[in-house]
Amino acid sequence: MSAGHRVRLGIMSVSSTTPRPAAASSGEPSVWPRLEPLLPQVTKPIQYVGGELGAVVKDWDAATVRWALMYPDAYEVGLPNQGVQILYEVLNELPDVLAERTYAVWPDLERLMREHGVPQFTVDAHRPVRGFDVFGVSFSTELGYTNLLTAIDLAGIPLLAADRTDADPVIVAGGHAAFNPEPIADFVDAAVLGDGEEAVLEITAIVREWKAEGSPGGRDELLLRLARTESVYVPRFYDVDYLPDGRIQRVVPNRPDVPFRVHKRTTMDLDAWPYPKKPLVPLAETVHERYAVEIFRGCTRGCRFCQAGMITRPVRERSITTVGQMVQQGLEFSGFHEVGLLSLSSADHSEIGDMCSGLAEQYEGTNVSLSLPSTRVDAFNIDLAQELSRNGRRTGLTFAPEGGSERIRKVINKMVSKDDLIRTVVTAYTNGWRQVKLYFMCGLPTETDADVLEIADMAHEVIRAGRAATGSKDIRCTVSIGGFVPKPHTPFQWAPMERPEVIDGRLKLLKQAINSDRSLGRAIGFRYHDGEPSLIEGLLSRGDRRVGAVIRKVWENGGRFDGWSEHFSYQRWVEAAAEALPAFGVDLDWYTTREREELEVLPWDHLDSGLDKDWLWQDWQDSLSEYEQDDCRWTPCFDCGVCPTMDTEIQIGPTGRKLLPLTPVNGLKLPTPAQT
Amino acid sequence: MRWTRWWGVAGAAPGWGGDAGTAEEFTIARKPQPEGGQAPVVQRVRIRYAKRGPLRFTSHRDFARAFERALRRAGVPIAFSQGFTPHPKISYASAAPTGVASEAEYLEIGLREPVDPTQLRAALDAALSPGLDVLDAVVATGGSLADRIEASHWRIELPEVDPDVLRAAVAAFTAAEEIQVERMTKQGRRTFDARAAVMAIDALAPAETPSGAAAVPCAILELVVRQVTPSVRPDDVLSGLRVVADLEPPVTPKVIRLAQGTLTAQGEIVDPFDADRDGAAIGEH
Repeated sequence: MSAGHRVRLGIMSVSSTTPRPAAASSGEPSVWPRLEPLLPQVTKPIQYVGGELGAVVKDWDAATVRWALMYPDAYEVGLPNQGVQILYEVLNELPDVLAERTYAVWPDLERLMREHGVPQFTVDAHRPVRGFDVFGVSFSTELGYTNLLTAIDLAGIPLLAADRTDADPVIVAGGHAAFNPEPIADFVDAAVLGDGEEAVLEITAIVREWKAEGSPGGRDELLLRLARTESVYVPRFYDVDYLPDGRIQRVVPNRPDVPFRVHKRTTMDLDAWPYPKKPLVPLAETVHERYAVEIFRGCTRGCRFCQAGMITRPVRERSITTVGQMVQQGLEFSGFHEVGLLSLSSADHSEIGDMCSGLAEQYEGTNVSLSLPSTRVDAFNIDLAQELSRNGRRTGLTFAPEGGSERIRKVINKMVSKDDLIRTVVTAYTNGWRQVKLYFMCGLPTETDADVLEIADMAHEVIRAGRAATGSKDIRCTVSIGGFVPKPHTPFQWAPMERPEVIDGRLKLLKQAINSDRSLGRAIGFRYHDGEPSLIEGLLSRGDRRVGAVIRKVWENGGRFDGWSEHFSYQRWVEAAAEALPAFGVDLDWYTTREREELEVLPWDHLDSGLDKDWLWQDWQDSLSEYEQDDCRWTPCFDCGVCPTMDTEIQIGPTGRKLLPLTPVNGLKLPTPAQT
Repeated sequence: MRWTRWWGVAGAAPGWGGDAGTAEEFTIARKPQPEGGQAPVVQRVRIRYAKRGPLRFTSHRDFARAFERALRRAGVPIAFSQGFTPHPKISYASAAPTGVASEAEYLEIGLREPVDPTQLRAALDAALSPGLDVLDAVVATGGSLADRIEASHWRIELPEVDPDVLRAAVAAFTAAEEIQVERMTKQGRRTFDARAAVMAIDALAPAETPSGAAAVPCAILELVVRQVTPSVRPDDVLSGLRVVADLEPPVTPKVIRLAQGTLTAQGEIVDPFDADRDGAAIGEH
């Protein structure tokens, strides 16, 4: 398919803004009869079929508020997403609300859908997305932006929010990328910052009331009501003024009744929100086939590169007993045989030891396996992994020192010494693990070649010490390197990015250094990502509204699935940036490799994550002087600003409770009459 | 591949909005060590199931995963193989291709405790998504399930095909001794005979159209095809009709497998469970 072909069709569908029938009296007709004949012609058709366990199909006419929820990546990545699953369940539990899911379609189906006039559809009841009241899109990464445009266009919704009418759904962005939605400000109607559970209920209530009143004032009035909550950001109600040098002068409301700043949502007391209760169990193969339970939300370790750790504060634990109950019910409902205990740093839960041993005991001898994505560099992590591998299956051990040198680890606030790391990894080897993974980043602020080359020394020493301790040559480690991307609402939001050539050069040097000793090098695996995708991610994460023109151009030139190496084209992004940005007096480097100054107005300054900007700046300065910051869970508050601003608090155990043995249930589970 | 970016690196983290747990986890087998051993198989049950409607797009791999989960949800006392990575004892008979519906798919499971097959059927059916329907279950009395399956009965709906055109094509097909067709396989392009394996081929009158309602004409093709190597599938027969009569369906045909079993001398298909139900000895028909 030629890019030109795609663009032409895109424009055609944008111009066709025929309003849908006023009241959806006869329900939204399913697109299934038109979709079905196309499916034998595409790869993995099952991903478009729906019918998962846990899926809900409700009566269209009986619902007053209708949500289409999207994860803007392929089904196999999007379906396991916790955020979408939780919101789907929370919304569908309301009797007068209907929520369905839609995912990015692969280019083979996109082409057929355009050819046959089939619009973007939900997988649950195959309803056209345009017929819904709200179209919620969850972004965990900015690389989904081009997929958003595909979905909007395939849905027959005008690409630009300004061109939409009362016949179109309100498009709401959420997820971590929504903490700076400015690059997609032209395409979305609203953005929600922070936890979604209560936010979707509040939005639902506003839409319900507005519809009950007969939709007074149309779309504009609805968006205004959402904006007045002070926790829903409606970009069209804010004007951005620029200085002659291209920097932002100010972002201000363009009407009197909207707030100057929009605040993030925080859901407190996770025990009151034990979702997902009925996890979606796909027929198609997906990236995670397991029951996942969040054991806590938020993280206060203060790693300076980690946006998630900054924007999800404070730490809120789910209690050991709630986790135990969720696992039991989740497994029973889903039939999964794997459990993931998720969080930003799972080993930090105040009762993680009891939780792991309790679950391991409960599921001993059942072929259920437990996993804990933890990257803490200490022996405790190994104890937990030992506990979890009781069932005979051993999870991999991953340690994340993040930085190669002691110096750079102080810069990023990852308090691990080289000796700690080597001692910990050797403990893993002596406990029977033959392979461990080590995670690092490349391109960190102030980084030099020497910092990165120390990764090779560390890996060499790990292998040397491991061989000495075990007396065996049968041990390995994998060094995995990710590119650093500075993110909004972190101390590194002011930092310059390194150029991709420099990153790639450093990685090459590192590879040579690892293999400089052939005996040690053979035992070390090396995985890395090129610098180019990181640079584009950097453009999108710290971009402002002017970057929207770049996204649009890339999409028009065929950009899709930018999170996939075989679809991502660096060249396409560079060319689009070169075409779109000079008109504004800026360029790709201006957004990525340029260091910001303290007083520069950042595109997301009017969006409040609770973090005090002065504190962030101080932490950035501390970083440059290699000064470390403690974790406020265990040391006094250091005034990051989140708790007082958001009126929240740290919620941690221990509760002192234990998991009790499960009563084994024997015999077949026969359906109750209602189920059959 | 997707960038297997670690969440800490990308900054997109496993919060509710994050791509929860993208941190790569992997599982490796423990070093050899004594194992407790698995409980032996005390009963074998044969199951017939259907792939219907939209769920006909379930691939065999997809079904196998869903079925293993259904065994756990239904509390079936499935037996496991020995070894470091024990697998549930399930064996499948020739699965219908992805996208083809079926009323007659077969599998056999080994159990560590005896169950009532009627209850097993109901429990498994409830544990699978609607559209993957468990139709029948019998306790195996011996023999092998594979030996009880020699042929399949297929029905192909050909929307927008004139029934008279189909009848003529079928006549040409029947008249031929051998029809070479091509198909892309994993080993590359293969050419083979699609005629010899076809025991019966009939064009049905439109009045017999099962999924009527539609105003467009729809021709129906019924086939009985023997299982041979290389296998002759319904789409190979359609290729054969293209070869002998230039029949080119304008719309993707809908295919359904109606039955599988052994063939009688008259070309009738025998239910593979008959022998188990009668308590008959191995191989008797």
